[in-house]
Amino acid sequence: MRIALFITCLNDTLFPRTGKAVVRLLERLGHKVVFPEDQTCCGQMHYNTGYRRDAQRLAVRFVETFADADAVLVPSGSCAAMVRDNYPRLGAPGSRLDRAAAEVAPRVLDLTELLVDVLGVTDVGAYFPHTVTYHPTCHGLRLLGLGDRPYRLLRAVRGLELVELAGARECCGFGGTFAVKNPDVSAAMGADKARRVADTGAEVLCAVDNSCLMHIGGTLERARAGVRVVHLAEILASTEEEPARI
Amino acid sequence: MSATFVGMPAFPEAARAATGDAQLRHNLRRATHTIRDKRAAVVGELDDWAGLRAAGKAVKDRTLRHLDVYLERFEAAVTAAGGQVHWAADAAEANRVVTDLVLATGERDVVKVKSMATQEIELNQALAEAGITAYETDLAELIVQLSDDLPSHILVPAIHRNRAEIREIFRDRMAAWGAPAPDGLGDDPRALAEAARVHLRERFLRTRVAVSGANFAVADTGTLVVLESEGNGRMCLTLPDTLISVVGIEKLVPTWSDLEVFLQLLPRSSTGERMNPYTSTWTGVTPGDGPQEVHVVLLDNGRTDVLADTVGRQALRCIRCSACLNICPVYERTGGHAYGSVYPGPIGAILTPQLRGTGGAVEAALPFASSLCGACYEVCPVAIDIPEVLVHLREEVAGGAGHRAERAAMGAAGWVLGDRRRLDAAQRAASAARSLAPRHLPGPGAAWTDTRDLPEIPEESFRSWWRRRSGPGEGAR
Amino acid sequence: MSGSRERILGRVRAALADVPAAERPDDVAVPRDYAAAHGGGERVALFAERVADYRAVVHRVPADGLAEALARALARRGARRVAVPADLPGDWLAAADAVAVPDGALPVAELDAVDGVVTGCAVAIAETGTIVLDAGAAQGRRVLTLVPDYHLCVVRADQVVDAVPQALPRLDPRRPLTWISGPSATSDIELDRVEGVHGPRTLEVVITE
Repeated sequence: MRIALFITCLNDTLFPRTGKAVVRLLERLGHKVVFPEDQTCCGQMHYNTGYRRDAQRLAVRFVETFADADAVLVPSGSCAAMVRDNYPRLGAPGSRLDRAAAEVAPRVLDLTELLVDVLGVTDVGAYFPHTVTYHPTCHGLRLLGLGDRPYRLLRAVRGLELVELAGARECCGFGGTFAVKNPDVSAAMGADKARRVADTGAEVLCAVDNSCLMHIGGTLERARAGVRVVHLAEILASTEEEPARI
Repeated sequence: MSATFVGMPAFPEAARAATGDAQLRHNLRRATHTIRDKRAAVVGELDDWAGLRAAGKAVKDRTLRHLDVYLERFEAAVTAAGGQVHWAADAAEANRVVTDLVLATGERDVVKVKSMATQEIELNQALAEAGITAYETDLAELIVQLSDDLPSHILVPAIHRNRAEIREIFRDRMAAWGAPAPDGLGDDPRALAEAARVHLRERFLRTRVAVSGANFAVADTGTLVVLESEGNGRMCLTLPDTLISVVGIEKLVPTWSDLEVFLQLLPRSSTGERMNPYTSTWTGVTPGDGPQEVHVVLLDNGRTDVLADTVGRQALRCIRCSACLNICPVYERTGGHAYGSVYPGPIGAILTPQLRGTGGAVEAALPFASSLCGACYEVCPVAIDIPEVLVHLREEVAGGAGHRAERAAMGAAGWVLGDRRRLDAAQRAASAARSLAPRHLPGPGAAWTDTRDLPEIPEESFRSWWRRRSGPGEGAR
Repeated sequence: MSGSRERILGRVRAALADVPAAERPDDVAVPRDYAAAHGGGERVALFAERVADYRAVVHRVPADGLAEALARALARRGARRVAVPADLPGDWLAAADAVAVPDGALPVAELDAVDGVVTGCAVAIAETGTIVLDAGAAQGRRVLTLVPDYHLCVVRADQVVDAVPQALPRLDPRRPLTWISGPSATSDIELDRVEGVHGPRTLEVVITE
């Protein structure tokens, strides 16, 4: 299957290793990944901060760039949710953006949806000999409704021991510009999340969204907690021959 | 009560103090987690919860879309049943109406049932200025009143206080308001509740005028509905000669049978019970039973402004259950006072700026007092999409004068992100300077680096890698 | 005052400019995809269980054992003088030692001095463990069941309905209603539930079948 990758601006700039892992994983499973180079950003930060018009411009670019794709993989839960949940209410009713958004939204998928629902795999042949805990991220949980897909994928990874995260459904406190507009609350939430992650005894925390991981990971590192954060794609791409670097 | 929210700092600053208060954090964490779990258990009992929620939302939408019809119908029904309906466009008018009604009875004391509407209009202060003393009778409201404090939660206004603090308040302050606390009062909740019973008992039996709000007002029948637990509501609604109820115009429901939805949604969402201990309903005057003079004050006070906003309108569906406060990770860490309003938490963050406008610093900060995690929407029994309204209000605020610098920065970011070549250039510049990246950022960036490390900037962006890997032209369109 | 009435109604209508003029209230669809009741067991048994959940004392007795059950309950409580509605069936307290004080217009102070109150009810709801009083037969005015500290309430099995949706049509909204689910309670201190505040601190229910 031909899969169009929307890498997201954050992954593109700060976490290219997640994108590389996605490409490696999908190619290993026998699929072709294309990367339309006109892509930039979904506009989530602008939209969530109240800059609707900036977000509209970025949304127009997105829907034009991915108009022909059969499946658009977005390895970021919040960006996937931005397109699926918010694009349909971003344009004026009946506008070109409105129509294009309604058309593209159903083809936008998170990695776990692509694997489990479209490609029909839960065992992707990965090997990752570490203790791992999973943070379900608010957008993945409530807007995308990823449910047990990530857990099913993780349980099928050889060598991996999955440990439960207490209070998993609670927000980590990142929230985009929330982290700088309300730094004290954001940090308090992050500290509580980091403590619960550390309490699991896991070596690795994973999620489907590098923005949350950047926040939790930054907090864990500042606390010298010794827990590494890794995007789920990197675990699923990891094999005996080419293990993920953690 | 002379305490007021006026002059409080905006949310980020108020939150800084609150998050640093270990006692407050402990009290809130314990209380919110207790009620969260109770709610989850009783909501989980009903396999048709989603259906009830959809019905509750739709009944409220029907009411709001035809509110004029239902208001007139309600007025006619109350009047026919021997009650008197008054209309108050704003807080000042509502306070004047209630004050005049009390003065006309010749009484100078009133007992009060917990009511958000009367908190909102600061009725107690207005009555005090007219020489009338309002006695709060709900236990939590009593704690707040005795300690000259402010409410911090819709359902449990003293949620920020623990048992030891409450004992101190009772010991120090009860005597000034009536019957003193018993000698040797301990901090067992049972003993504290008993002290409140004794303190208020005689007041209930003696006071001739009561002021209440209402949870629901049935348009068809003119019936008012109050849900409560302690029996203070029944005391106030039954014993006095005169009953004055201040009711927001959004409290209406069309028919008596519509209550079948809300009497299931509200107790389970609110106190986490299948049913609250007491629900009272009354329709005008019942000869020989309860108050013989019954008034209803219909309150606008900004509600029609909310109604006029087609996105924000859904906030008027709110039945004041507090489930969104209890689940909210932000509320859990700041408490209610930081929201600068009697309506705290997620619902307050969308209701207060709509009722008061976004012109003030407190109101303008509220739409941003959320990480948009969506837990509030998930638990809301009338499906208010709070994140949607927050973002909608952020747009209104971001267009205002206070956001010029941010607007410029967002515009610049949008410009870079609006074109792949510009983004590419910015990424290359960042990678080239990666060894210079500081551990602590200056200015607004410090908000990040004060508590978290920054990720390392990679040697190359994903798109550079892709281009290198694929060769020129490959993969690009 | 009427000025504000017109002003508010005018504002409401202006605010609803987006609602099509031809739309009637009933045009706004209300999906009723919820259950009439949720099961949970045989109706009367469920009612007894749910009332007890709220720390009320519950007894189930045959119809002809009512007088004896009431007498026992009052004796256990040590109640010597109990208020009753004027129309309480005469045989209910036939076996009791306690003196019945019938309510005409008993002063509140007198109600505060009795040892309890005995009434019937209008409807009971199994699923929520709720008793509804409507000031009708064998119930009296609202104050009667409010001021005394002990409420002994008789529920006939045929008064028990499954759930809230079955209760409302049986009740007349023009009457003053009191829905009671257990004794008065508060959770205002650390969300710890404490039974017994201003309303009767003890609720005892006798179900006759």
